[in-house]
Amino acid sequence: MTSVLTRAAPAIGGRAQPVVFERDLGVLANDPVNGEYMRLVLAAPRDMLDLCRAGQFFNLLCPVLGGETPYLRRPMSIYGFYPERGELHFLYKVAGAGTRALAKLRAGDTLNVMGPLGQGFRIDDDWQRLVLVARGVGLATLAPLALEANRLGRHLTAICSARHPDLLMSIDYFRDLGAEIVPVTDADGTSSLEHLEGLIEERIAGPGIDAFYTCGSNRLLTLLQRIGKRHGIPGEIALEQQMACGLGMCHCCVRPFRKGDKTVQLRVCREGPVFDIQEAMPW
Amino acid sequence: MVDLSVDIAGLKLKNPIMPASGTFSEELAEVFDLDCLGAHVTKTITRGLRDGNPTPRVCEVGGSMLNSIGIPSKGVGAFLDKVVPFYRAYETPLVVSISGNTADEFARLCSEVTVEGVAAIEVNISCPNIEEDGKAFAIRPSSTYDVMRKLRAATHLPLWAKLTPNTGETPEVARAAQEGGADALVVANTLLAMAINIRTRRPKLGNLMGGLSGPSLKPIALRMAYQCAKSTTIPVIGCGGISTAEDVIEFLIAGATAVQVGTATFINPTAMVTVIAELERYLQREKLSSVRELIGTLIDGEQKEGVVFMEAAP
Repeated sequence: MTSVLTRAAPAIGGRAQPVVFERDLGVLANDPVNGEYMRLVLAAPRDMLDLCRAGQFFNLLCPVLGGETPYLRRPMSIYGFYPERGELHFLYKVAGAGTRALAKLRAGDTLNVMGPLGQGFRIDDDWQRLVLVARGVGLATLAPLALEANRLGRHLTAICSARHPDLLMSIDYFRDLGAEIVPVTDADGTSSLEHLEGLIEERIAGPGIDAFYTCGSNRLLTLLQRIGKRHGIPGEIALEQQMACGLGMCHCCVRPFRKGDKTVQLRVCREGPVFDIQEAMPW
Repeated sequence: MVDLSVDIAGLKLKNPIMPASGTFSEELAEVFDLDCLGAHVTKTITRGLRDGNPTPRVCEVGGSMLNSIGIPSKGVGAFLDKVVPFYRAYETPLVVSISGNTADEFARLCSEVTVEGVAAIEVNISCPNIEEDGKAFAIRPSSTYDVMRKLRAATHLPLWAKLTPNTGETPEVARAAQEGGADALVVANTLLAMAINIRTRRPKLGNLMGGLSGPSLKPIALRMAYQCAKSTTIPVIGCGGISTAEDVIEFLIAGATAVQVGTATFINPTAMVTVIAELERYLQREKLSSVRELIGTLIDGEQKEGVVFMEAAP
């Protein structure tokens, strides 16, 4: 079965039907994961979780707490969604007013969320051997891909990059879902592009690779575009941009993409946040 | 049962709540049933294709936001083929927002969007982002009058002129719009503003300057709506920082016949739905049978005579 990870709004009587939720969700936990990241666990209704797809995001109404007054919603990719236990997870790094306010949430508080939003990852029928390459919090964005690959019975290799082994994100998450982990770090000198390229080429020559997934890094993007082109391997990239509405109305979050010989501006919130890796442009 | 309906120059709206142009599109139908709104107002289009401004196009400033989107447009053809038909499925009247770089181009587009399924045309003569450091038709009475005359000749549909807060001549511009043929005034657009990242010393917006919207714009828009209602005889549609029913009521008392909700939808996508429900509850509580009983009921006594001269803070 092809995993259709995009959202089709069912039309009834010619009108789009509501498929995006705006809800206050209860906070179940909000705890540090390592020195730099926090994991937020929300209690979510089944019908909301059933609509979620790996690669999609929510637009969070960060609370006005502890002197922080974030105004616009903050887009955040789904870290995990578990319809069977009614949980929606986010992983974030405390960086600005929005995430500082989020970090103050405690179990029992509520958080208003809107979503799920955007287009998720595509996993075609004949994509059996998947490889994700990401670094730092980018691994959180790609984490739900492991969930989906596991559900579809695909083989996933996660090449996880970080400055130091202690900062490798989500390794247990990937391992628990049956992914093969290939850690690379600056500390042991294995995270260089040359080394990564060698690792990937070995896999292509060996078991083969059907699709690449990445996010967040210009260097990884250009590397995977080069390898993908050389071997005709498709791939996808999850991208970020400052947003306002998250729905596609305001056109704040555009980025340029190559479509044939033209450059087009696409909305990260709507046409993305997951895009064809060859159409993405380095920034 | 309270009556929420209002009349804008012959166009009957089931309630006075509608979206502000640029903060609304077909995508919002994925969140709630758009037929609950008084009108649908589309994002401003231009005749030809426009890419819009460089990113970042948005930043927040003390409980409000700045944007410099730059009116990206897929052009009139795509608009007529895709957008107008989408809204035909709804009973709510469709108001199309248009803009142009020259009065003639503007008028040509005005004529081209005069099609079945369009109930009124909002002419964005105020967008501060596009030409000459933000200069727009509605900054001066003379250029307002001239462009409105051309637009008036281009369509039989009601024309709503969207004014700018970037003028020191609000009552004069409002009167020029009416004299030029406007059927209603939308008051107002965003206020030209800027923000700087003090660490990088770069502007926070890719386009250097942008438009302020959100709650901090509200008192300015309210003052302008009042001035426009006092200095013309056509309906005023309030717009600027409206996010609650209380805000709506304030604009109605100041003289607005209806309002547009913009940035609030970005914060709460169902803001308009909530505002309609709260407005209805307020009228019931106050034992008012119609929302129209609120319009222009400000107790302003003798002070109203000074309205035309009050462009500087007293």
